Amino acid sequence: MIEIENLQKSFGSLQVLKNISFSVSKNEVVAVIGPSGSGKSTMLRSLIYLEQVDGGTIKIDGDYLVKEGTYSNNQTIKRVTSKMGMVFQHFNLFPHLTVKQNLELAPRVTKKIPKDEISKHTERLLEKVGLLDKMDVYPGNLSGGQKQRVAIARALMLQPDILLFDEPTSALDPELTGEVLKVIQELAEESMTMIVVTHEMEFAKRVADRIIFMDEGKIVETGDPISVLENPQKERTKRFLSGIEK
Amino acid sequence: MSFDYILTVLKPMLEGAQITILLFLLVIVTSIPLGFLVTLLVRSRLKIISYLAQTYIYLMRGTPLLLQLLFFVFGLPLIPFVGEYLILDRFVAAALAFILNYAAYFAEIFRGGLISIDKGQYEAAQVLGLNKFQTTVRVILPQMIRTVLPPVANESITLVKDTALLYAVAVPELLHFAQTAVNRDFTIMPFFFAAIIYLLMTLVLTLLFKYLEKKFSYE
Ligand SMILES: Nc1ncnc2c1ncn2[C@@H]1O[C@H](COP(=O)(O)OP(=O)(O)OP(=O)(O)O)[C@@H](O)[C@H]1O
Ligand SMILES: [Mg+2]
Repeated sequence: MIEIENLQKSFGSLQVLKNISFSVSKNEVVAVIGPSGSGKSTMLRSLIYLEQVDGGTIKIDGDYLVKEGTYSNNQTIKRVTSKMGMVFQHFNLFPHLTVKQNLELAPRVTKKIPKDEISKHTERLLEKVGLLDKMDVYPGNLSGGQKQRVAIARALMLQPDILLFDEPTSALDPELTGEVLKVIQELAEESMTMIVVTHEMEFAKRVADRIIFMDEGKIVETGDPISVLENPQKERTKRFLSGIEK
Repeated sequence: MSFDYILTVLKPMLEGAQITILLFLLVIVTSIPLGFLVTLLVRSRLKIISYLAQTYIYLMRGTPLLLQLLFFVFGLPLIPFVGEYLILDRFVAAALAFILNYAAYFAEIFRGGLISIDKGQYEAAQVLGLNKFQTTVRVILPQMIRTVLPPVANESITLVKDTALLYAVAVPELLHFAQTAVNRDFTIMPFFFAAIIYLLMTLVLTLLFKYLEKKFSYE
């Protein structure tokens, strides 16, 4: 479903992605872990064209976003990126719109869903994230956990095949992370294909099919959660994990 | 002081106030969109366009409005060769100066409003498939309007009072008629009337912007 080869990306003289290659199959949940500055966000953002890579290939569901450093035409880029949804660390809800309007803005203006079905989708998704009663509330009046659940519902409105999460719980108070992780876990159980950048090791172990450990722009180790998290092979992984558990 | 006297003084002043209000409305409805256009030019990716727009703002904000007024009303016709084609109606020339001056101030206000919008808003709009135009109209502008309303209100109230500069280029407006009456009748009352009329105008504006701020608030 996602095939990535030799991704390279620099910010000025700083090489942030150094030949990243991996693939994700349909219905797979991949958790990306690694120290701060290792390039996790940059990698994720490159997939959905929020960053442009300098080299490498990104192929989503048979379509190239970029092939050996050359980007496809705008139409293809639009088609490829529309297969994905993204959830940000800081939610990025639209503060001037109510919860319902936040969900419905994109389907209305992009006309991806028939008009008369939009509010049905809204209700179904808000119910799914447990916020049906917050429909007409502005984001400013929601807790962090509620905001992130709205953001997930908003990303689901366009019925993406793949969801990308960049540290969805890092901006939340510890007692609010559970409600968000629960929603992501439910999506995993419904076989949504997901890449989740996270610092929540327990969650990664429970929900991910595979772990990717990144450091300094490279994938250091990858494998199923038990082997990577409980029995890491590489020194760097061990050091990172022992640091986190303290 | 008789009621009749008040009426005879007020009548020309109210006619002058019409010029004041006409200028105000003309400047507001043209300089706000023009200012927004200048903001977009400043943000243009073409360096030369951005520099030109910035120079324009610098000139307009860096010199006195009074000087600009005098330039447009009395200076333009003196330019060699083309001057004779630039003899405009004094009110029109003055309005032009006001519009260009206020557009520069509004452009700076709007630029500040745009800067204050989080980068994440653009990113969220992009990953949701909105194009540039949809993002601007549906996501950015509504948020920008809210942040710029207070400074725009401020500028508008300043404009009401700046209209009195028409006095300097001999376009008869509210203050002109007040001054005439003061000189003629040797009483200070017309100045008080003028003050009250200005205060009424700014009161209307204050209330209008209060209403708009409420309308554009969220939470
Ligand atoms: N727009 C940018 N301009 C310049 N440098 C950047 C930019 N974005 C990221 N970087 C740098 O690239 C490196 C990788 O950043 P990235 O955000 O991908 O790391 P990360 O693994 O997501 O870290 P964290 O866990 O802190 O979120 C960092 O050194 C960062 O400072
Ligand atoms: Mg990051």
